[in-house]
Amino acid sequence: MSNQGPSRHGDRYSQVRAMLAISRASFRAITRSPSAVVFTIAFPLIFIIVFGFIGSGAFTIKVGISAGSDTDNPVYKVLEENSSVRMVRHDTAGMMENLRRGRVDAVVDIRSTGSKPAYRVELKTSDASPAKGEVISLIIENTVNRMNIDEAHLRGAAAALQRVQVTGRKYRTIDFILPGQLGFSLLSAGVFGTAFVFFNLRQTLVLKRFFATPIRRPFIILGEAGSRMVFSLLGALVIITIGYYAFGFTLVNGLYTVLTMMLLSAIGLALFMGFGFIVSGVARNDSAIPPLANLITLPQFLLSGTFFSIDVYPEWLQPLCRALPLTYLNDALRQVAFEGAGMGDITNQLLVLCAWGVVLYAVAFKTFRWE
Amino acid sequence: MDRDPVIKVDRLVKHYQGVQAVRDISFEVFPGEIFGLLGPNGAGKTTTLEIIETLRGKTSGKVHVAGFDTDRNPGEIKKLIGVQLQSAGYYPNLTLVELIRLFSGLYNVDTDANAMLRKVGLEDKERARYKQLSGGQKQRFSIATTLINRPVVVFLDEPTTGLDPQARVNLWGLIRGIREQGTTVVLTTHYMEEAEHLCDRVAIIEKGAVIAIDSPDKLIDNLVATGFERKKEMKKASLEDVFLSLTGHKWRDE
Repeated sequence: MSNQGPSRHGDRYSQVRAMLAISRASFRAITRSPSAVVFTIAFPLIFIIVFGFIGSGAFTIKVGISAGSDTDNPVYKVLEENSSVRMVRHDTAGMMENLRRGRVDAVVDIRSTGSKPAYRVELKTSDASPAKGEVISLIIENTVNRMNIDEAHLRGAAAALQRVQVTGRKYRTIDFILPGQLGFSLLSAGVFGTAFVFFNLRQTLVLKRFFATPIRRPFIILGEAGSRMVFSLLGALVIITIGYYAFGFTLVNGLYTVLTMMLLSAIGLALFMGFGFIVSGVARNDSAIPPLANLITLPQFLLSGTFFSIDVYPEWLQPLCRALPLTYLNDALRQVAFEGAGMGDITNQLLVLCAWGVVLYAVAFKTFRWE
Repeated sequence: MDRDPVIKVDRLVKHYQGVQAVRDISFEVFPGEIFGLLGPNGAGKTTTLEIIETLRGKTSGKVHVAGFDTDRNPGEIKKLIGVQLQSAGYYPNLTLVELIRLFSGLYNVDTDANAMLRKVGLEDKERARYKQLSGGQKQRFSIATTLINRPVVVFLDEPTTGLDPQARVNLWGLIRGIREQGTTVVLTTHYMEEAEHLCDRVAIIEKGAVIAIDSPDKLIDNLVATGFERKKEMKKASLEDVFLSLTGHKWRDE
C-alpha cells in the first residue's frame, strides 16, 4: 500500500459540503439560464399584469340612451349618478344592434309627456345580458316607484328598509390570479426544470464525472433539488412582492402569510419535482421531454383553477379537476393568502398533496435512471 | 519493483449481457509509474479502467487501489484517485474557475482555483466556459479536475485522442509533470509512439486479456530478439519531428 495515501486523507469526508458545492454551482447555472428566469418569474408576472389590468374594471352596466331621450329628469339623474352605470349615446339603429350583441346591457328612452304621467320610461334589455338587464330594471323601477310615491303624497309607510354596509375585504382579481400563477410556475419549474436538468446531466456525462468523486448519489439529487428549491422560492417571493405592492394582492396576516405561502410553495415544488424525475427517467431522448412535460402541466394549467374557479367546469369534468394536485395547491395558497388560513386549516389539501407525493416518488424511484 | 503495488488487478472478468468485455486481466501498477494500457478499440481498456475507478461493477476477480478493495471501499478509493473520463461533461453555464471550485467541494478540499488552472496552462481562460475550449484545452482542464484532491493515482482515458501534434506533445509534458509530483499515472492510448515516449511500463490488451506486459524498451528488444526486422530502415527523424520542428512546439490554442 502507498505510504502517502489514506492518512493524508484521513479527515472525515462531508457529504453535505459536497452537496452544497453542487447546490452553489447549480444555482449559478440556473441564474445564467434565460429559460429558468423567464419561466419562474417573467411568465407568471406577465399573466398577473395582463389579468391585473383586465380584472381591475369593477361591475359596470352599460346603458344606451336613445337619441331623442329627455335627460333632464329624476330617472336620468339616478342613472347618471350611479357609479356602476355607464351611459353611452348612439344613433338608434346601431344601439339596437349593440343591445342584441350584448355590447350595451340596456337601452333607455325617457320622454317628457307634458301631462300625467309626466314621464314615460321605456327600458329595453336583451337575452345577451340578462343579469345586468335585471339590475338596471330594478334601479329604474325603484326610481319610478319613488317618484310615484312622492306624487301620491302617501302619509304612512308600509315597510321601512334600513341598509347597513359592512366594510369587507375586497376580493380583487389579483387575489385569485396570483396564487394560481404561483402554483403554475412551481409546477412548470418542478416538471420542466427537473426533467431537463437530470436528463442533460446524465446525457452529457456530468453525472458520470460526479460519480468519480466521493459524493454519494442521493446527495447529488439533494444538491440539485436544493438549488432549484431556493431559486423557485426566490421567484415566488418576487411574484408575491410585486403582486402586493403593484396590484394590491391581499396578504391577510402580512409577513406570516408570506411565510406560510413560501412553505406551501416548497411543498408544492418538492411534489412537482417528482413529475420531473419521472419524465427524465421515462424520456428516451431530449425531444421527448417537452411533450411528456406538457402532458403533465397543460391539463393542470387548464383544469386546476389557475385562471378561473373550477366551479365553472361542467359537472362531469369536476372530478378530474379535483384529482389534480395543482388544484389543491392553488386552493391552499388562496385560503392562506385571502382567508388567512394557517397550515392547520388546510390539512385536507395537504393530505391530498401528500398522497400525490407518495405515488409520484414511488414511480420516480422505479423509473429514475442514473446512466 | 520492491514496493507494494498501488493498483492490483487480479483475474478481472466482466461480462455484458453475454459479451465478455474483459476475459481475464491481471496486472500491478507501482507508485510513481506511468503505466499504459494499450490495445485496439474494443479491447476492454476503458472497461478495465472504469472498474478500477469504481464506476463499474465486475463479474469476478479482485481489484485493489491503494490497499482498498473496490468492492468494499469504493468511497475511500474515490477520495484517493483522480479520474479523467474518455468523454465527460462539465456543468453547463459555469466558468472554469467555478468548475474547479465545484470539484473542490466535491472532494472536500480547499483549492486555489487560479493556481490549478495555471498548472495546466489555462490561466488566461479562468472566465471561459468548458465548451468554448479547444480540444487540447478541454483535455488539460479535465486533467486539472483530476488533480484537485492531490490524488495518489490519476487515470487518464485516451487523453490525447483527437489532438494535434503540438497539443499532444504538450500534454505529455503535463503528464510527466504529474508523475514528478509523486502521483502515479495510468493511461490508455492506441498511439504506440505515445506509449513509447511516455510510459514506464505498458500492458497490451487484446480481446479482453493481457497479452504482454513490460517496459516499452523490453518489449521492443524481445521482438528484435526473435529476428524481427523492419521492412524499411528507420531514419533519424520521423515525419512528426519534421512537422513539429516546422510548426513549433508552442501550445496552439486555436
